[in-house]
Amino acid sequence: MTESTLLSVEDVIVDLPTPRGNLRAVDHVDLTVGAGRTLGVVGESGCGKTMLSRAILQLLPKKAKLSGRVMFDGQDLLQLSPEKLRKLRGRSLAVVFQDPMTSLNPVLTIGTQLIETLQEHLELDMVAATKRSIELLAAVGIPAPEQRLMQYPHQLSGGMRQRVAIAIALSCEPKLLIADEPTTALDVTIQAQILDLLAREQRRRHMAMILITHDLGVVAGRTDEVAVMYAGRVVERAPTPALFKKMRMPYTEALLAALPKIDAAPHTPLPAISGRPPDPTRPLKGCSFSPRCRYAWAQCHVEKPRLEEADSPGHQFACFRPIDASASAGA
Amino acid sequence: MMQQALPAVSNDPLLDVDNLVVEYPVGNKIVHAVSGVSLQIARGETLGLVGESGCGKSTLGRAVLQLRRPVSGRVLFDGQDLTAMQGDTLRLMRQRVQLIFQDPIASLNPRRRIGDIIAEPLIISGVKDAAKRQQLVDEALSAVGLDPALVVGRLPHEFSGGQCQRICIARALVLNPEFIVCDEPVSALDVSIRAQILNLLEEMKARYGLTLLFIAHDLAVVKAVSDRVAVMYLGRLCEVGPSEQLFAKPAHPYTALLIEAIPVPDPDVRPAETVPVGEPPSPISPPSGCRFRTRCPRSDQRCSDEVPELRAVASGQFVACHHPLI
Ligand SMILES: Nc1ncnc2c1ncn2[C@@H]1O[C@H](COP(=O)(O)OP(=O)(O)OP(=O)(O)O)[C@@H](O)[C@H]1O
Ligand SMILES: Nc1ncnc2c1ncn2[C@@H]1O[C@H](COP(=O)(O)OP(=O)(O)OP(=O)(O)O)[C@@H](O)[C@H]1O
Ligand code: SF4
Ligand code: SF4
Ligand SMILES: [Mg+2]
Ligand SMILES: [Mg+2]
Repeated sequence: MTESTLLSVEDVIVDLPTPRGNLRAVDHVDLTVGAGRTLGVVGESGCGKTMLSRAILQLLPKKAKLSGRVMFDGQDLLQLSPEKLRKLRGRSLAVVFQDPMTSLNPVLTIGTQLIETLQEHLELDMVAATKRSIELLAAVGIPAPEQRLMQYPHQLSGGMRQRVAIAIALSCEPKLLIADEPTTALDVTIQAQILDLLAREQRRRHMAMILITHDLGVVAGRTDEVAVMYAGRVVERAPTPALFKKMRMPYTEALLAALPKIDAAPHTPLPAISGRPPDPTRPLKGCSFSPRCRYAWAQCHVEKPRLEEADSPGHQFACFRPIDASASAGA
Repeated sequence: MMQQALPAVSNDPLLDVDNLVVEYPVGNKIVHAVSGVSLQIARGETLGLVGESGCGKSTLGRAVLQLRRPVSGRVLFDGQDLTAMQGDTLRLMRQRVQLIFQDPIASLNPRRRIGDIIAEPLIISGVKDAAKRQQLVDEALSAVGLDPALVVGRLPHEFSGGQCQRICIARALVLNPEFIVCDEPVSALDVSIRAQILNLLEEMKARYGLTLLFIAHDLAVVKAVSDRVAVMYLGRLCEVGPSEQLFAKPAHPYTALLIEAIPVPDPDVRPAETVPVGEPPSPISPPSGCRFRTRCPRSDQRCSDEVPELRAVASGQFVACHHPLI
């Protein structure tokens, strides 16, 4: 692997004060993303995926406390002035959210939003920015782009809106795109189209991408590496093929097993994970997965497993009793 | 309104929907939400209903239960036409049919205790004996895996989404219904919780001999629980058939497209670059002929001139397409 590291997240912690006490949304997370590579971040609702991406973007809620280091393209983001950060976010660090309306302004036309972004960050004049906007809308698969420039977000379908949000995110040729569940709110046929679009633009622009999802199916064919999160921590991390070939952490295995499989016969009982994730304001002393884990033994309830190297390169997992390959083959 | 043929599954189906039409007036326009759908569900069977957002799945489910009155068509439940029933007759009939919603938390009254929420259908249906009611509530809660003693006195916000869905299922079961419309019961739930609820529904179905109409947009979820699957597009049925057969050999181009778009959790299966087939048109002015033709790679002149009728292509499998894949 000769790719240079574009992003490195080092020992990041995000604490949120809540009426129930401190909530640790992100707990000692380390990650790296190489230039032009795709990292999938997978985990259940509430495991901290969005807080992690907001920590990278420096867009956390005001009351949040962040510690650790976020190095992006040679700069420590925690040390940058708000002005510099804002410039960086428009240009080299872009984001697409689950709900496109979070990134679109409802009272401005699609054209105004695209053209303003281009004028601000790339300093294009009106004519050049308009031309570029039309090209971008066409590139993300929007028919009749000239006419769309005049439309408002609410006049478009959910899928079209997400395409526009992607066009805006791509407009300044970012080095890293964070896509936080970009297709969760969309239908399967539209979902596949949007994921194809992201993959195509990513290859063409040699852009790095963090694809956040709760669906292991989505990351399988579309990422170079996967990080599985549980209760604020990364519990397993590996090159995508290695992960699916040999899962070591019981949670990853359980997550995959619980997915209904399209090739299974109807009425096949699903191996469900019992219980639910722990209350994040009441952290457990031991492994966060221990109350639900069928392999748990005494040590798991009193000690937190650390992320350790597995035997294959780039593969790490946090577990005292990792699954061994022969045992997981049938799962 | 054009009639779609009626695939018979049994001589004595529990539910027999015949040429159902449901519309919503918006301003001076009409949303053609369900346009001539016919289907049958045999006793003890689960029929899965899939299709994209806005294709009319919920509308169909609600119209079956007469929660939205259809413009035309019939809904025979156990031989009796629900569309012709009014007032008390309909209310009595409704005890035999129930609905479970997609958003479990929103469908529970936030200010009422769980015990009261589940007892409510009993009170409405005239179970006057309080001890009897409590016994039935306890039974229903135990059946869905909740401890009545720990649950009845608490409020909905004290429970997670998965637990709220269990409570909704308990509420649907308490009157001992024969038929339940499950409208996306797991769509709002996490993968790990989703499996728990799907297993629970299967268990309840076996235990109480239920008949289900199971609505979802996730094909893998639908396949996991359904005996047969009906695929819906823009207010009409495209294809109906036994689950396994339909997934192995889809006959309708839209069914094939849906199957292709499913993300497969296997990195060796590179997702096929999807054909850029665009988005569904508006149900206010649906395309002439076959409603799928604006996105269909096989469409020709006949598809815009003629509405395709459902017809048999294989044993138990029916398709509405002029140029089916099989
Ligand atoms: N503004 C906030 N204030 C306090 N707690 C919050 C806030 N936003 C999120 N949280 C909590 O932080 C934790 C992590 O939330 P986060 O949104 O990162 O999860 P997620 O993995 O993105 O989930 P989802 O899949 O539902 O989007 C959760 O316990 C959540 O309840
Ligand atoms: N009360 C209403 N008034 C007007 N139009 C409606 C109403 N309810 C639904 N519709 C429209 O009818 C069509 C069918 O809606 P329906 O909710 O049945 O679809 P669905 O298949 O259940 O979609 P989803 O997967 O999003 O739940 C849609 O175009 C919808 O916008
Ligand atoms: S550390 Fe123990 S409880 Fe945690 S996943 Fe591993 S075996 Fe299970
Ligand atoms: S009838 Fe024509 S347009 Fe409709 S699905 Fe069949 S081939 Fe496609
Ligand atoms: Mg999130
Ligand atoms: Mg619906």
